[in-house]
Amino acid sequence: MSDYNFAYLDEATKRMIRRAILKAVAVPGYQVPFASREMPMPYGWGTGGVQLTAACLTPEDRLKVIDQGADDTTNAVSIRKFFQRTAGVAVTERTREATIIQTRHRIPEAPLTEGQILVYQVPIPEPLRFLEPRETETRRMHALAEYGLMHVKLYEDIARNGEIATAYAYPVKVQGRYVMDPSPIPKFDNPKLSDCAALQLFGAGREQRIYALPPHTQVVSLDFDDHPFVAAKAPHACDLCGDAASYLDEVITDDAGGRMFVCSDTDHCATHRATGHAGRLGGTEGAAA
Amino acid sequence: MTGAAMIVVRDVAKRFTLHNQGGAVLEVMAAASLRVGPGECVGLVGASGAGKSTLMRMIWGNYRIDAGSIRVAGVELAGAEPRQVIALRRATLGHVSQFLRVVPRVPALDVVAEPLLSLGMDQDRARAQAAALLARLNIPERLWPLSPTTFSGGEQQRVNIARGFVHPWPVLLLDEPTASLDAANREVVLSLIEEARTRGAAILGIFHDEAARARVCTRLVDVSGFAVAA
Amino acid sequence: MTGAHPLLSVRDLTKSYGTRRGCADVAFDLWPGEVMGIVGESGSGKSTLLGCLAGHIPPDTGRVVFDTRAEGPRDVLAMAEPERRMLARTDWAFVHQNPRDGLRMGVSAGGNVGERLMAVGARHYGQIRAQAVDWLGRVEIAADRIDDKPRQFSGGMQQRLQIARNLVTGPRLVFMDEPTGGLDVSVQARLLDLLRGLVRQMGLSAVIVTHDLAVVRLLADRLMVMKDGLVVEQGLTDQVLDDPQHPYTQLLVSSVLQA
Repeated sequence: MSDYNFAYLDEATKRMIRRAILKAVAVPGYQVPFASREMPMPYGWGTGGVQLTAACLTPEDRLKVIDQGADDTTNAVSIRKFFQRTAGVAVTERTREATIIQTRHRIPEAPLTEGQILVYQVPIPEPLRFLEPRETETRRMHALAEYGLMHVKLYEDIARNGEIATAYAYPVKVQGRYVMDPSPIPKFDNPKLSDCAALQLFGAGREQRIYALPPHTQVVSLDFDDHPFVAAKAPHACDLCGDAASYLDEVITDDAGGRMFVCSDTDHCATHRATGHAGRLGGTEGAAA
Repeated sequence: MTGAAMIVVRDVAKRFTLHNQGGAVLEVMAAASLRVGPGECVGLVGASGAGKSTLMRMIWGNYRIDAGSIRVAGVELAGAEPRQVIALRRATLGHVSQFLRVVPRVPALDVVAEPLLSLGMDQDRARAQAAALLARLNIPERLWPLSPTTFSGGEQQRVNIARGFVHPWPVLLLDEPTASLDAANREVVLSLIEEARTRGAAILGIFHDEAARARVCTRLVDVSGFAVAA
Repeated sequence: MTGAHPLLSVRDLTKSYGTRRGCADVAFDLWPGEVMGIVGESGSGKSTLLGCLAGHIPPDTGRVVFDTRAEGPRDVLAMAEPERRMLARTDWAFVHQNPRDGLRMGVSAGGNVGERLMAVGARHYGQIRAQAVDWLGRVEIAADRIDDKPRQFSGGMQQRLQIARNLVTGPRLVFMDEPTGGLDVSVQARLLDLLRGLVRQMGLSAVIVTHDLAVVRLLADRLMVMKDGLVVEQGLTDQVLDDPQHPYTQLLVSSVLQA
């Protein structure tokens, strides 16, 4: 195989991370500090997620890596290759076939199932950070469940924009206790966090924090009585597969105002097209693929 | 007079210790006693420095009573808790001092209405009563929204008097209420005092104006007898 | 105005910094509706005392008993932290000398006022905003400034905003640390008048630390004079100022410049 220890990290480090994961699972939504290691990639490229994946991988696992929903972007390809080389595990682009999915900024469209692990890459784990810069103070606020400040952020949003304009990294409350940053996923994905059959793990490498949502945890998006949470998406159907329910990316196609909307989840889009569906431009694109 | 007296001063002594002037001790008063009943207006007389103002201040509560007893409406002031004195001043004990002390920028109308507001009266009623009194004391209406800190001495004194008569306090202390007033306003103040006396207020005052004293006082007390011989 | 218990009852309060005395053996009862001033020069221990009372500094010994709404008199120092912090954002308020310490400078005026409401569970945006507008009006800030950030406000406005932010939950006890310090004289006067009105309308009790005798004369019913960490004199404000007994108080009063 290779000269690397399985999945790059040494066994003691993986054990340390697994301990942090166990604690995170035991206290859903609580940010567990861990001794994040230097990884052979820059911070911001998913070092937290990579360490979680490394600590969870077994030789039998089948790994899927997505970035903004896509399997074929640089970040996803690099991380997938990294584990192919250092762990020799099987990889896949199919959500249903994967046992571990590492993701940046999306939750796959296909419902996750029991036994799967979804690993999120997290840039800033502290949802209160932008309002309260002192770590000592935010820790105390979590400890005492003083979360009025979180609503101040949403208040400011409405005051400035007439509605809650936060479109990603939308704060949630976990099992009625901890307020959590779900990583920069679109708020469209927030409902999928709750009562999910898979284990969800969140890793922030630079900030050295791990947190988790065990299967079937209740997750509620914060809102106001008169400004309820809405899981919004672009009001279109996918131009390739025709699905009107999936989350879309807007793609500019020329410099004359041409644009198209396509599923951000590439596996979902391909699967949908394979079952005979087609969107506005689906015929030609499908033929080309 | 009977036990119904509203002001009872008994064997009161007062000394000042000037710690920053070599610890000099000034004995200014000893064995002062007097009573003022409802419907009485008692004038304090005696040479300047005899202790008229000192006695008034002890009854008002801003000078400590070193010995003896002062009871106002049954409340003992010697050793009283601040809140007892404050409650007394709010509802029972009124005071017209020689100097107006107010927050700058507060309109004259509100300065006069304030005692009523702190008794819980709603703002419109309190202002209406204050306005009536200011009008009676010939303060032009254009001055009402202005702070009295910018007024002339006579105008300030009239604002002070309005504030002192805006609530029917059962006990009133008057320190030179007619000083620096013209004849017309002096007349208004004297009738205010007479009206207060008629409604049953117990009034203790210092009046240098002998004609005024003769007109409103029912009795005089010479404080010279309370002074400590030097 | 006065209930059966003092609102705040303090006994034997002592705080030392190593061998240096912060404050020692402080005792007093504050009754509902009373405003108490604490004066003394810098380093006299008045800010340490205020910090101990408000729960910001843990004292070495002593009791601070507050008459809680739900359970009557309780020793605040013996409370668990969540309970004390809940008290601090409901029935208590703290007005800092520097508005930057008491405001969130990056949050709009409305958000600053609404925070305490949201902290105690308000979840209706329209109602929170309506209350914020009402409170801005009470502290004489125009309603159209509600979405402006405090850094766009003058010093006096910032201080008034801090007061609104603190009083919106209808506290019963307000701690103030030099509330008019650092403001122009004319702005001070307006703030003093505002505070007097609010104290009267809401029946507030307050403990005000200041070195300005003119401020306590206008605002405080009673006065405590501190020197070297000890209370040297206390009583009715005008009695302490007009007939000071202690050498230090006499010096303090005679040192005031007459304008």
